[in-house]
Amino acid sequence: MTHNIYLYILVMASVTYTIRMLPLVLIRKEITSPFIRSFLYYVPYVTLAVMTFPAILSETGSIWSAWAALLTGIFLAWKGKSLLQVSVCACLMVFVLELFLV
Amino acid sequence: MNTTNKNWFLKGLRDGIPISLGYLAVSFTLGIAAKNAGFTPFQAMLTSLTNNASAGQFAGFTLVAAGAGYLELAVMELVANARYLLMSCAMSQKLAPSTPLLHRLLISFDVTDEIFGVSISVPGKLNPFYTYGLIAIAAPGWSLGTYLGVLMGNMLPAGIVRALSVGLYGMFLAVIIPPARKSRVLSAVILISMASSFAFTKLPVISGLSTGTRTILLTVLIAAGAAVLFPVKEEA
Repeated sequence: MTHNIYLYILVMASVTYTIRMLPLVLIRKEITSPFIRSFLYYVPYVTLAVMTFPAILSETGSIWSAWAALLTGIFLAWKGKSLLQVSVCACLMVFVLELFLV
Repeated sequence: MNTTNKNWFLKGLRDGIPISLGYLAVSFTLGIAAKNAGFTPFQAMLTSLTNNASAGQFAGFTLVAAGAGYLELAVMELVANARYLLMSCAMSQKLAPSTPLLHRLLISFDVTDEIFGVSISVPGKLNPFYTYGLIAIAAPGWSLGTYLGVLMGNMLPAGIVRALSVGLYGMFLAVIIPPARKSRVLSAVILISMASSFAFTKLPVISGLSTGTRTILLTVLIAAGAAVLFPVKEEA
């Protein structure tokens, strides 16, 4: 069976849009439950932390350059550097270290 | 557009610049994956424009490359993007209850990790025009990067591609770390999240689950645990 790439794209886009749209359209009121409010407050931090580690370690050519990128990112973010600065410095770290490591 | 909305839109454009540049770099590597799955530059760009989902698109391209069926692809997207369901729930609380349906439908188009993270960080309720500003500059970066990635991904030296691949994680850290500096609880939650995530890649059975499923499991467990132990006090 051959597949159409545009149908593939349509399937991906509709599922993804529906997931994002349903809560925003259906939850119109403020949730009052302190538990759910707290739960939703913690969600982004947990999700992003889980997605970052340990995935970042296998992204580069060497686990050491990946660790260096991770620590650089954490340090600069802690120092309050901007999204762009943190991101670019993590990339630079990998690039420079891998000139020697890989 | 009244003045308030216009100002929020302009602020969004400004704050969206780093997101857009980050997207440009990250989606470049996404373009390489798209090319391997047989997408033309235009098709890959269209996917990015309509999906705006890093992990979901990566997973999608991988499945397409393997010649998967449509249903299989739909289920994969559901799993890979389920975290957006949680983010949209959180986002729904950031909007004034009176926010019209049209705005809700438009924002839903681009609830990404970064746009969500930045939108949720404004004080008080969210003016949808702020998010539109972010989207207006970030979404083209995402699409253009994908396009260029398919077109010339293989021309870039491997060292540069590997370096770019950590860019996305750098942005994640820039979203979660600064608030953690002000809260010990949040620091602990982030540390526990990373440690458990690592454990989940090693444990028998659990390590066999897909990355998306593990992310959802951990998010629900840890965020619920934190909510029970350390309920968030309401901001005045």
